[in-house]
Amino acid sequence: MTLKQRVGKAIPLILLTILTIPVIVGYIWILISTFSQRTYGLIPVDHDGNFGGLTFENWSFLWNDPNIWNVTLNTLNLAVLLTVGVVLISAMAGYALSRISFPGRKVFLGGTLILHAFPSVTLLIAIYFVLRELGKIPVLGKGLPFIGGIGYNTVGGVALVMVALQLPLGIWLMKGFFDNVSWDMERAALIDGCSRLRVWWEIMLPSIKPGIAALSIFTFIGGWGAFLIPYTYIVDQEKSTISAYLRGLQGDTAPVNYSQIAAVGLFQLIPVLIFFIFTQEYLLSIFGGGRKGGT
Amino acid sequence: MRLKLEDLSKHFGSVVAAEGINLEVRDGEFVALLGPSGCGKTTTLLMIAGIYKPTRGTVRFDERVVNHLAPRDRNIGMVFQSYALYPHMTVFENLTFPMRLKKVPKERMKEQAQRVADMLGIGNLMDRKPGQLSGGQQQRVALGRALVKEPDILLFDEPLSNLDARLRLSMRGEIKRLQLRLGITSIYVTHDQVEAMTMADRIAVIKGGVLQAYCPPDELYDEPRTLFIAGFVGNPPMNIWDAEVARENGAFHARRQALDLVVPPERGEKAADRGSVLLGIRAEDIAVGDTGIPGEVYVVEPLGRDDLLTVRIGDVNIHVLCDPGMNLRIGDTVHLDFNTRKVQFFDPATEKSLLWGV
Repeated sequence: MTLKQRVGKAIPLILLTILTIPVIVGYIWILISTFSQRTYGLIPVDHDGNFGGLTFENWSFLWNDPNIWNVTLNTLNLAVLLTVGVVLISAMAGYALSRISFPGRKVFLGGTLILHAFPSVTLLIAIYFVLRELGKIPVLGKGLPFIGGIGYNTVGGVALVMVALQLPLGIWLMKGFFDNVSWDMERAALIDGCSRLRVWWEIMLPSIKPGIAALSIFTFIGGWGAFLIPYTYIVDQEKSTISAYLRGLQGDTAPVNYSQIAAVGLFQLIPVLIFFIFTQEYLLSIFGGGRKGGT
Repeated sequence: MRLKLEDLSKHFGSVVAAEGINLEVRDGEFVALLGPSGCGKTTTLLMIAGIYKPTRGTVRFDERVVNHLAPRDRNIGMVFQSYALYPHMTVFENLTFPMRLKKVPKERMKEQAQRVADMLGIGNLMDRKPGQLSGGQQQRVALGRALVKEPDILLFDEPLSNLDARLRLSMRGEIKRLQLRLGITSIYVTHDQVEAMTMADRIAVIKGGVLQAYCPPDELYDEPRTLFIAGFVGNPPMNIWDAEVARENGAFHARRQALDLVVPPERGEKAADRGSVLLGIRAEDIAVGDTGIPGEVYVVEPLGRDDLLTVRIGDVNIHVLCDPGMNLRIGDTVHLDFNTRKVQFFDPATEKSLLWGV
């Protein structure tokens, strides 16, 4: 390697490092502050401003507040429900929109795109009324185990709303992946003896595995970190999610303990980090999914 | 299984992909659908497969109308240009997929897949995924998948187009041998006239969605029904120029400036006294020698066994094959001796042959 090549290789690395430093410093601060009484920059200090003051106090919510485990389970429920709902419906709708010609297809495609561009905040009040009505349905409304139901003030209801809001993106993403699967493969499967549903399940879905993985991961992470909608439609503390719990710590009257907020935030982040480590390969494979031969 | 297409048409909106195709295929026959890209040959094939529903007309297997049957109920095997293997399955799973759907017992499935794979020389690749195979191997797997369910009709959609020239040549022979041995009625779509000529028992030439001719290869070559066929079939393409045919002293002369050919009366009289007609003659029916009509060598293209000459007579360029030993150079004067017994005449307006009825 000549000197010129070395320099050429080093420049992007240096640039990337410089750009990443603020982010890394942020994470380091979170980590340090969760174990300190206070911080001065990146230096942990005690209440008097002297160096030190290391403590597990900020993590005490894990054993002192039983609600945290409730909230964590709710968040997991929400993320799983959201992922299953979005992926299942998007995969079916995307296939239909990609492969089947039916009246209204173009309008539907355009419509979903517009819906996606529509800011969901503006719908909050309207959706509130819808959820309140849904809550009046016996059993289904608020009597279901685990998810609560599909009405107002339930995890299921929030999942329902979030699925609806995420669908446009999911459908378009899935349609794009299906568009790239060759017609010939589908024809071959039809000739080999598949029904349309079986083609979808046995041939098409395995062919777009990277797409499904990507959509699942993004949706799951989106559901895990969701704030606005769970915060709006769930009022009871024991039914809410981590993000809403986190918001609850920033009381309007009492002084805010930022170190504790950092601790809860880190607690929320851990599953996502683990999840990412195991799935990042799939996420990257979206860009390298080409294979030999087929068109 | 016999196959019969009656007045088969397919329109996509206002686009006519196939129009009024009538075709009969005998049991065990190998028929090629030949035509340029976008001529409707694949559309026709997909209608036979049941993927497309015809706009009009019927498809018959033996005497049974199968228009309403789904592809999976037609017992056909199909080989695609893109191979269309299932990338997430191994070769074995690809081969057994049709049988698995039919719920064939496992033992028989295994046995059958192995037999077909051995026949095609891919028996040792059973555990590989399609992505780990070469193009030729993938095409063999695709062929195996079509054969393994013992279809009544085999459909090929340009199966060799993605292979390199050498492999194409050997696969051509293999497919032909296999088809003869198994005796399965086969329809083979191709845009390559050499493939069609070498493999098929009969060739159906399609252009613009319309069937132009349906006959054995030699007839297609010797008696082209239309100008399109004359130009499309054969390499180099047939020489064609405007000429006027006149009767003089009992002989027929096809004339264009200095190009004056005496043509046999049975061909000449069909083209005589019609004003300008199109005259066609193949390169191999013209001999380069010391006698005949003089012309100037315009281009010399060595092909190895022959040299392909372009000779200019008046304002007409004529392709001729000659012995490379003659050592001709651009600008040399040569004499062309035309074998006028092989001359063709076409009506310039309808582009149909004046010699052979459609």
